[in-house]
Amino acid sequence: MQDLAYLFHGFAVVLTPFNFGLMLLGIVLGVIIGVLPGLGAANGIAILLPLTFTMPPTSAIIMLSCIYWGALFGGAIASILFNIPGEPWSVATTFDGYPLAQQGRAGEALTTSFTSSFVGAFFAVVMITFLAPIIARFALRFGPAEYFSVYLLTFCSFVGMGKGSPAKILASMMIGFALSTVGIDIVTGQLRMTFGLVSLLKGFDFLIAVIGLFGIGEILLSMEEGLAFSGATARINPKVVLETWKKLPRYWLTFLRSTVIGIWMGVTPGGATPASFMSYGAAKKFSKDGDKFGTGVVEGLVAPETAAHAAGTSALLPMITLGIPGSPTAAVLLGGLLIWGLQPGPLLFQEKPDFVWGLIASMYLGNVVGLAVVLSLVPAFAAILRIPFAIIAPVIVVICAIGAYTVNNSMHDIWFMLGFGVVGYVFKKLNYPMAPLVLALVLGNAAESSFRQAMLSSQGSLGILFSNGLVGGITTLALVMLFWPLISKGLRGVLPSRAPKTPAEQPVD
Amino acid sequence: MEAVVAALVFAFGATFVYQSVKLGFRWGAEGPQSGFFPFYVALIICGSSLTVFVNALRGKAGRRDESFVERGQLWKVMQVLIPAAIFVLGVELIGIYVSSAIYIALFMRFLGKYSWVKSVLIAVIICVALFFMFEVWFQVPLYKGTWDLTSWTGY
Amino acid sequence: MSSIRRRALGVALGVVALAAVASAPVAAWEPTKPIQFIVPAGTGGGADQMARFIQGVVSKHKLTKEPIIVVNESGGAGAQGFLDVKGAKGDPNTIIITLSNLFTTPLATGAPFNWKDFTPVAMLALDEFVLWVNSSEPYKTPTEYINAVKAKPNTFKMGGTGSKQEDQIITAEIEQQTGAKFIYIPLKGGGDVAVQLVGNHINSSVNNPIEAVAQWRAGSLRPLCVFDSKRMDYPAKVTQTTSWHDIPTCKESGLDVEYLMLRGIFMPGGVSQDQVNFYIDLLKKVRETPEWKDFTEKAAFNQSFMTGPEFVKWLTDAETKHKSLMEKAGFLAKK
Repeated sequence: MQDLAYLFHGFAVVLTPFNFGLMLLGIVLGVIIGVLPGLGAANGIAILLPLTFTMPPTSAIIMLSCIYWGALFGGAIASILFNIPGEPWSVATTFDGYPLAQQGRAGEALTTSFTSSFVGAFFAVVMITFLAPIIARFALRFGPAEYFSVYLLTFCSFVGMGKGSPAKILASMMIGFALSTVGIDIVTGQLRMTFGLVSLLKGFDFLIAVIGLFGIGEILLSMEEGLAFSGATARINPKVVLETWKKLPRYWLTFLRSTVIGIWMGVTPGGATPASFMSYGAAKKFSKDGDKFGTGVVEGLVAPETAAHAAGTSALLPMITLGIPGSPTAAVLLGGLLIWGLQPGPLLFQEKPDFVWGLIASMYLGNVVGLAVVLSLVPAFAAILRIPFAIIAPVIVVICAIGAYTVNNSMHDIWFMLGFGVVGYVFKKLNYPMAPLVLALVLGNAAESSFRQAMLSSQGSLGILFSNGLVGGITTLALVMLFWPLISKGLRGVLPSRAPKTPAEQPVD
Repeated sequence: MEAVVAALVFAFGATFVYQSVKLGFRWGAEGPQSGFFPFYVALIICGSSLTVFVNALRGKAGRRDESFVERGQLWKVMQVLIPAAIFVLGVELIGIYVSSAIYIALFMRFLGKYSWVKSVLIAVIICVALFFMFEVWFQVPLYKGTWDLTSWTGY
Repeated sequence: MSSIRRRALGVALGVVALAAVASAPVAAWEPTKPIQFIVPAGTGGGADQMARFIQGVVSKHKLTKEPIIVVNESGGAGAQGFLDVKGAKGDPNTIIITLSNLFTTPLATGAPFNWKDFTPVAMLALDEFVLWVNSSEPYKTPTEYINAVKAKPNTFKMGGTGSKQEDQIITAEIEQQTGAKFIYIPLKGGGDVAVQLVGNHINSSVNNPIEAVAQWRAGSLRPLCVFDSKRMDYPAKVTQTTSWHDIPTCKESGLDVEYLMLRGIFMPGGVSQDQVNFYIDLLKKVRETPEWKDFTEKAAFNQSFMTGPEFVKWLTDAETKHKSLMEKAGFLAKK
């Protein structure tokens, strides 16, 4: 109960006019940063960090964390409207978000995504408020083997996603893995797959691949159909927000599952990206509309967005309580704490309650204000699609180029992006699924290195993946997910068959 | 087309197999070596592309004709792809801002059939806006090209 | 927009100043464009924090007319950033902050650059390394710990940042000095390493003070010794009972290993002495601010400051040391 008192004190801190103003400013800047692919929340915050030197630390963290919330909201916009994910965790948002926009339902898609983000973030904050210490201890139990089991779970919950030729699905996923190995092998420090080229030293950042495959590839595809975006017919309806809200409660189970996945991934810290993929995969497996995922299903948008934001928010928890960043953005904020003269870590709660509770209060208010800001802009965003294709297409290409460049400040990446664009177009035409490729590229490297770290500690024994309840449990869960189609078929075979069989068997007894 | 792409994918896989073997692809004393994962990943790429290749050549020949783009569509796609490639080359040479302005203006003029005035005006406005956003407000320097045409701005 | 106003003001002031010093000798060089401050590491790491800290201090105290812009180029263990600066020969508006990857990346990966491709400006500070264990372990001194490791070779896990970089080099040096054998586990970042140690997934680490201090203060980690020739200069209590100064050096406790990581500033090759002097002067001003004192105390840096020939000599020695250590440990890139 003392926590509650602190929290209300925190609200009082945030609600001073100066801090509230900074909060609004942060949200708006964040949305802009989130919309521009490549700039990203981590970069955005890093860029603005030095400006905060002259502020009190609490005001500074309020502004910076609000940039983060704004960027989380904004990241969905380009994903849904143009199929260009600005952040790793928005990739899964494109799967159903972009098809929705193409059907002229951009307003609905945006509203769904913003609302889901809010729900995920809100429950994560509630969790931080009341359970911070317990959960922080849980995070400590994650070593390399546990990380690997989490990645394994992500892959397994995603298997069976694509439709079409299994050979193509496999090829696509493996190409993603192969690309993720280019560059420095962090376990041995060796260069690999660079073919002696300096421009390949840094590897393929998945953002460049995604901007090319999805963004440029999509432009080429739309071009085929003539000079038009399919979403251009979008009707702009100011009531779209309310109408969408009426539909959303029926997905409560997806909200709940995704929030749990998100919070868990954010704390451990697996991060928002695996959370969004895992949640999407799980939603598809358990939904009765599972087969329609990827064609513009609202539920397929709810799942990744809720999970990504629950994860993004709870990723700040290990930062405060342990001094480890749960995400790149948290890493920059962590640097900020040091610069402002604060020491992140277990003692921060006791030494600077003003700061910690101010931050937590700003998470509540920042998300509420952020939601209000972005929702009020939904019609405006949806209207972007009505800009004639001949104007928007070159602008998208330019923005893709800027996005590709800013990831690593490298000109070569713009060429790679263009190459990926062609690959994306060809693959789409030939029905190679894109999602497995991107998933493998995003998580391949992390999965491989955590596996090899685990192997180093166990000296090459696979037994480490079952060496304690936690890692064993996750690994088993992963295997269950992998064979879920078989298992569910098996269950269905056993359960209903029992009813008719029993009478038939009775005579034998 | 299906077969051609499958062959390219196979070639991609094969180069990775070759590189992995050079790195060492075995399960060493302390777990897998650098080339272990890429090696098997690349093997699977080769295997699956081979399957696609074989499927494309036999049996499903009927699908081959209608599967890829028609000539007219290809022309339209090239209309976007080639200028985009020239645009990227432009970025390399004269920087992102100037190249973007030219690209947007020409795209609007020739593919969108807008008037010259409209095209140039919109292109310049967009690029100036981008310039302010990145260079001035967010202080993110973008690529200025081999011959920097924007150096007079001081950024 | 504010920078435009600033620029206009700068021009106006410049005109006035020019009129005033018309008879004085040639004015000292100053940057004419925003200064690009390259960080050959990711956002949020030690080098990045320092670069952004300097950027903030400079803008707060208005130490330069042109703003400093921090750019992260972390690809290929920093090779990307170094190669870019190498290519920017003669550009006086670019500077780069270095960590040990100035030496280790070219040696371990064969990336084509060397510190001699750059113009050394100044050593800002040296980062310390401390041997840490989990506080639930019984070891109180490095000797006790090393003896335990020796008794059971290849069972104790040393965690560190990256592979064939500073943490693994220190580990190799300990092994070469004492004959102990660790399993080295390369992890993503310093904060990760500290938390893995708290969670008992590894047995020890050589974290920088700043990476582990929070866990130390919370009582989860115990420092055994610092890899420096003298104790750290900070006598203020960090935990209830101990200060940085109370941690013995490894040498005085019988483990003769020394390693410090360079936090230095370099410019591209082919710049004039005038231009180098501008940055030396700027860095000196930064070091005099109260913020800097606070920052270095939090991070427990070794506050050595060097420029000119002294710095060059230090660099030459450091390169030789890295080369021989990495050669002995078999970390050099295959030719």
